[in-house]
Amino acid sequence: MTTLTTPVSEAATRALKVGDEVTITGTLFTGRDAVHKFLHDGGRLPPGVNLKGGILYHCGPVVIKDGQGNWKCVAAGPTTSIREEPYQAQVIRDLGLRGVIGKGGMGDRTMAACKEYGCAYLHAVGGAAQVLAECIKSVPNVYMMEEFGAPEAIWQFEVAGFPAIVTIDANGNSLHKEIFAASQAELAKYI
Amino acid sequence: MKLLPDSLLELVRRTSVEIPDDVHRAIVDSLEREKKGTIAESAMKIIDQNIALAKNKSQPICQDTGSIIFYIDCPVGFDQPGFEETARQAVKFATGKGFLRQNSVDSITGKNDGTNLGPGSPALHFHQHRSPEVMVRLVLKGGGCENVGAQYSLPNEKLKASRDLDGCRKVILDAVLQAQGKGCGPGVLGICIGGDRAAGYELSKQQFLRKLDDHNANPELEKLERDIVATSNKLGIGPMGFGGRTTLLGAKIGVLNRLPASYFVSISYMCWAYRRQGVALGPDGEIQKWLY
Repeated sequence: MTTLTTPVSEAATRALKVGDEVTITGTLFTGRDAVHKFLHDGGRLPPGVNLKGGILYHCGPVVIKDGQGNWKCVAAGPTTSIREEPYQAQVIRDLGLRGVIGKGGMGDRTMAACKEYGCAYLHAVGGAAQVLAECIKSVPNVYMMEEFGAPEAIWQFEVAGFPAIVTIDANGNSLHKEIFAASQAELAKYI
Repeated sequence: MKLLPDSLLELVRRTSVEIPDDVHRAIVDSLEREKKGTIAESAMKIIDQNIALAKNKSQPICQDTGSIIFYIDCPVGFDQPGFEETARQAVKFATGKGFLRQNSVDSITGKNDGTNLGPGSPALHFHQHRSPEVMVRLVLKGGGCENVGAQYSLPNEKLKASRDLDGCRKVILDAVLQAQGKGCGPGVLGICIGGDRAAGYELSKQQFLRKLDDHNANPELEKLERDIVATSNKLGIGPMGFGGRTTLLGAKIGVLNRLPASYFVSISYMCWAYRRQGVALGPDGEIQKWLY
């Protein structure tokens, strides 16, 4: 088990290999469909959202206000990442990301960007909204809530021990490609 | 029906935070089947922990609380508009409580008013029967698994799928291959053979009202259901597409007549976070019995 602490260095990212289990401690920002399209269309992130060496989380959480008026995240699993494939390579490059957390894997362009710029795709267990919300220790801020609505807003999460699996590394490997090819070959035997 | 608002809120809450027993048993079995020390086993352990945590904390199993689909069996003369209004209020209230995410977006403006109410949300399907019983079933179906649903038109030359059960089998297995990783497996397939495009998808979703351990009344379809699960589990796709032994927890097939010109196979995918519950209601709208 490897521990990643944000901001993550390029060396730490490049040392990760497909199949490694990691836990993440530090700051995560969420960003999903609306944020990716916004950045692709030339939008600028608000001050406060610093993702240099950071980790972007494909997530639309359930967040409520507690009795003291603080944000409390009550469910926060990953959303399907492949929808961001048209935008992700550019976002990795422009923001200087070292990690993207999501589920379901991403395509060739993202894999190439991970290799070129030193980023890893970290697969969280889809649907595990409670296990992952337990790792979110506080929610200091939310950005662009008005424009995008709660699930699509940029939430800042301070996390500890957040579990994920490296499925695309910074050395040109993708577990998703391997499993697809192997399962396709296997299926050919049964039809 | 003065207790109906409380009953529907409790139905929404329980559906969002608890997995039905038949699905939980299948998940525990698949955790035990995975090879020890693999990332597939790690994923299944996290899934199992997540189910327990959600129930204990009374918080959503998955943050995507999904499309909200009610199926209501009711007597002739039942007040459908009244029920619909109460269901809408229950959905709005459950959203405020955090049992449902603010999950309904205006498709044109992109606005999310945070209520989960709008055209198509919630969806209600009423079915009248000649019995005084009122039964309400609810399915919450997340967007990740909805996106990997597929509809095939046979014949399909690329997949060498003809207009017969073998052709159906080929396209269903192709859907399993294509869905890998993206639909939060291990999943369950709801399938409809026949119908038009709308009716096919509709019946494929209704298959999710069946219990995983039930049997298809048609022996040929029962055989196909078992074959789809057994074959899928040989492909090595595994939980989350990490590789492993359990790709599907179940497959359920329904049938509709078709036009001579059409032969659709409609496949809906349900993630492991299979949220389905139901209640039988008494005369005041109180919950008399849980159905799953």
